[in-house]
Amino acid sequence: MADWFHILVFGYYPYFAATVFLAGSLIRFDREQYTWRSGSSQLLRRRQLIWGSVLFHVGILLLFLGHFVGLLTPKEIYHAFGMSSGVKQVLAIVAGGLFGIVCFVGLTMLLHRRLFDPRIRATSSAMDIAILVLLWLQLVLGLASLPFSWAHREGGEVMVQLSLWAQKIVTFQADAAVYAAGVHWVYKAHIFLGLTIFLVFPFSRLVHIWSAPVGYLGRRGYQVVRTREGRRAA
Amino acid sequence: MKIRAQIGKVLNLDKCIGCHTCSVTCKNVWTSREGMEYAWFNNVETKPGVGYPKEWENQEVWNGGWVRKRNGRIVPKMGGKLRILAKIFANPDMPQIDDYYEPFTFDYEHLHNAPESQTPPTARPRSLISGERMDKVEWGPNWEEILGGEFSKRSKDVNFEEVEKDIYGQFENTFMMYLPRLCEHCLNPTCVAACPSGAIYKREEDGIVLIDQDKCRGWRMCVSGCPYKKIYYNWRSGKSEKCIFCYPRIEAGQPTVCSETCVGRIRYLGVLLYDADRIESAAAAEDPKDLYQAQLDIFLDPFDPEVIRQARADGVPQAWLDAAQRSPVYRMAMDWKVAFPLHPEYRTLPMVWYVPPLSPIQSAAEAGALGSEGLIPDVSQLRIPLRYLANMLTAGDEAPVKLALERMLAMRAYMRARHVDGRRELDALEQVGLTEADIEDMYQTMAIANYEDRFVIPTTHREYAEEAFDLRGECGFSFGDGCSGGGGKIDLFSHDVRVGPSAGGRSDKAAAGR
Repeated sequence: MADWFHILVFGYYPYFAATVFLAGSLIRFDREQYTWRSGSSQLLRRRQLIWGSVLFHVGILLLFLGHFVGLLTPKEIYHAFGMSSGVKQVLAIVAGGLFGIVCFVGLTMLLHRRLFDPRIRATSSAMDIAILVLLWLQLVLGLASLPFSWAHREGGEVMVQLSLWAQKIVTFQADAAVYAAGVHWVYKAHIFLGLTIFLVFPFSRLVHIWSAPVGYLGRRGYQVVRTREGRRAA
Repeated sequence: MKIRAQIGKVLNLDKCIGCHTCSVTCKNVWTSREGMEYAWFNNVETKPGVGYPKEWENQEVWNGGWVRKRNGRIVPKMGGKLRILAKIFANPDMPQIDDYYEPFTFDYEHLHNAPESQTPPTARPRSLISGERMDKVEWGPNWEEILGGEFSKRSKDVNFEEVEKDIYGQFENTFMMYLPRLCEHCLNPTCVAACPSGAIYKREEDGIVLIDQDKCRGWRMCVSGCPYKKIYYNWRSGKSEKCIFCYPRIEAGQPTVCSETCVGRIRYLGVLLYDADRIESAAAAEDPKDLYQAQLDIFLDPFDPEVIRQARADGVPQAWLDAAQRSPVYRMAMDWKVAFPLHPEYRTLPMVWYVPPLSPIQSAAEAGALGSEGLIPDVSQLRIPLRYLANMLTAGDEAPVKLALERMLAMRAYMRARHVDGRRELDALEQVGLTEADIEDMYQTMAIANYEDRFVIPTTHREYAEEAFDLRGECGFSFGDGCSGGGGKIDLFSHDVRVGPSAGGRSDKAAAGR
């Protein structure tokens, strides 16, 4: 029973979440683009947003980058550059702890604002609140895992296990769930909640992440003119 | 040379009576919805005053419009592309809703539901955002109506720059004027430049600036970019919205709602031809005082055969060229030079222009006689300081505004002489450099202001642009959501946009629940 459940959560659930994440985003973008927005509430209350939003976004972007690179880089690659798993583990703990705290401060401000500012609370959808709570719990779990990682700082065994799991998942290998079996429940909860965030992503305001306007930097000139045929005028 | 045509607009402030019919009809048609209660695509301000939103003209506060860099190029005042993106998580240059006003309704039901009491029941205000009771309404879109506030507040108006404003706080010297405002549909719009998504665009065929509601992601940089603060963030849909110049009406050859319903007949719509290749150089004129002339210089003479030939080559339809030759906007801006852009110093090259208002002669009563220069009274003696108008319309250059006011006074003097005394008063005309034919035209257009003289709008030739057969069975006008009604009970994508004004906001529910 326990094995079956374990394989379900760490072997199948990732694919279920990823499918909903990708297909859901695509369908929403195609069918309901009018609902595709960041959902900013700055107009209604500036207080707590300026610091909260900046700290949260900077923190979470760096955390995301750290997880992405940290989990998906095969250990052979950083070993080849002379970095041992233990050193990488310490690096991950320090960077993750630092940005985690930055993100935590910002996210807590945002969550407090969303729940207790009457204007913001009244104009929030259930999903607006739910996604903030999910992110906050996920961040707390992530920070709570730091002491356990610190215990493994010599060899970085947990980190190696988890990155193997992630690499097996993204390369569609059937035995992936095995690699997440032995780790502490804090990591397991963190992974499960993380996958859940991917699952609800298309149904929340998080879709704005897909639209990060980096292309703006490459736009030629400043003006946009549309002709009636729908193409951009010269 | 690349010739484009735009429907421009002129508002004759000399005839505005401040009735707000334009604002109300516009509101009823376009912004009477949840999330947009606070937004007025058209509003009428009493000047002097800080306006709506508060101090919108003070770009030291809001950083709207453009600035000219030392190398002669222009960048948005809020920063180049990198600096704009750096503000994306939290935008320090954006007004909060209280800078506009917190939209409210009143508990009207209480007036007929209240139990018997010693005092008559009252309808108290309730926020349309939080649904909570408001102790006091603190500000509104028209709080300064007819100098309603204290002088110390309204004198923050930046148009007082270099005006000895203290004397205008005295009752005897008080002055006021109305300023109806809408989107300027600029030739060089900062909102378009600041939009990271590229959702805002200018239509090539008629110059109308629109926000693609599907493409808008709610990064809200346009709100800051626009120096006129005429882009409004819809807090319900999470998208920005703006005046659409009633494009469905314009396409059909009808005037905008605000123009159609203007009881003072102060609004004019007409075609202007301009050289699109010279927009950037015009907007980058070194001295802000040259910007008015620079914009006049890129408007093209619709009677010039070379212009007509090039315009045809650039795809401007013949009907638009015909309309350009009859354009009241061209005449007022170019021929008679009585209309001016609002705050040209923002470098956006705005396309809604204003005829400055005349006002009573200040010192007439005390001096016992009118100061005059020949037959035309001395316009520097007008109750509204010339410099104040110049700060608003020509970046502080008084000469063009002075000439415009003198021309309007000359028109009056000429027509009065003709109708009252039965003689031709030519001296006044000579003084302001107009011919009798000019004055007759001015009188017909600006004083009589018949419907067909005010609105010369060619229909859009859609039939040349797209295959009409493909448009069959489309949904027509919808709130950016194509054929999806978005009204279902189950809603996967948190799509709670209400269509129509009376769909029932939270406040109604809150009131009903009491």
